[in-house]
Amino acid sequence: MPLLVDVVAADHLVWSGEAAMVVARTVDGEVGILPGHTPVLSLLAPGDLRVEPLDGDPVVATLTGGFLSVDHDRVTVVSSTAEVAPEPADL
Amino acid sequence: MGAQLRIYRQRIRSVQATKKITRAFELIASSQMVRAQQRVVSSAPYTTLLTRAVSALATHSHENHPLTTEKGEITRSAVLLVTSDRGLAGAYSSNVIKESERLVELLRQQGREPVVYITGRKGVAFYRYRRREIEREWTGFSDAPTFETAQDIARTLIDAFLADPADGGVDEIHVVSTRFVNMVSQVPEVVRMLPLEVVEGVEAPAPHEVLPLYEFEPSVQVVLDALLPAYVESKIFNALLQSAASELVSRQRAMKSATDNAEELIRRYTRLANTARQAEITQEISEIVGGANALAASGARA
Repeated sequence: MPLLVDVVAADHLVWSGEAAMVVARTVDGEVGILPGHTPVLSLLAPGDLRVEPLDGDPVVATLTGGFLSVDHDRVTVVSSTAEVAPEPADL
Repeated sequence: MGAQLRIYRQRIRSVQATKKITRAFELIASSQMVRAQQRVVSSAPYTTLLTRAVSALATHSHENHPLTTEKGEITRSAVLLVTSDRGLAGAYSSNVIKESERLVELLRQQGREPVVYITGRKGVAFYRYRRREIEREWTGFSDAPTFETAQDIARTLIDAFLADPADGGVDEIHVVSTRFVNMVSQVPEVVRMLPLEVVEGVEAPAPHEVLPLYEFEPSVQVVLDALLPAYVESKIFNALLQSAASELVSRQRAMKSATDNAEELIRRYTRLANTARQAEITQEISEIVGGANALAASGARA
């Protein structure tokens, strides 16, 4: 079962879709989220977020902090500002 | 040309100039309005997800946090008033200012000292004119607020809330802004921002659904410390965006009716000018006819 991922900034939805893996930098260090991960809510450190969609190239977004929540294979990344690196994934 | 006619023509020209201006404002407002509404819509996911996370925190932990704790005795209350920078928006600013006046009056009656924070030049002018004190003001962005401004406002308010009332702190914070219900209805409303009531927005889980037992990293307290201010920021950002959309809708509507009125005035003055011109011609003809008759009469006599 894939992960349902929403990446949201204060003023817009950055990315939304199904992914195989999400890699983020939390305040404690990097975490990789795979399907079946235990529910977690963790704070993010400023840094890059990598989402690997089911098909297509990885999406990289630069975040300024925020948080990540995982429950029932729903991954939500919320950051006040999030910039997707200029490499448009499958739109 | 008769004096009367000249005055009418002058009036028509002046109203036409006004109409051009109001028409331009109307067009500008309606194009900005669409964008403002889109911004309200596109900021919604952030607010929703943040609210959900805060609710999850509130249901899983019963930790107390300074931002959610009621203070015992309330002596000073902050009021954040969201108004517009420019006028020509009908009753938009005066409605929200009126709402804030009611709130301030109520706070006074309860023996609380109101401390006023204002965004938008209209509100600032209102307070300045009455020589009332403004704790802090932000201006210059009312029709297109940015998230950075919202963060700045939120930080100022949170700092004031966390400070001791004895040295400039406040015990509670109210926000007076305009809620954008839809295109025809925008309501001024008062919301108490701090202390936070996190119960709001918590949905009871469906019977078959088990609430996820979150792990909080690094710890509940640290996550709360980070999430609650972000929650306040997003609420204030949302209030600013809704107010901006309301302002632009009000301006568009006010300018539309001003343009309509100008058209109506031009029509009436044109009619009056035509009557005046006709009257002038009639008078000239009767003068000529009268003069000719008099000449003819005097010639016959001689």
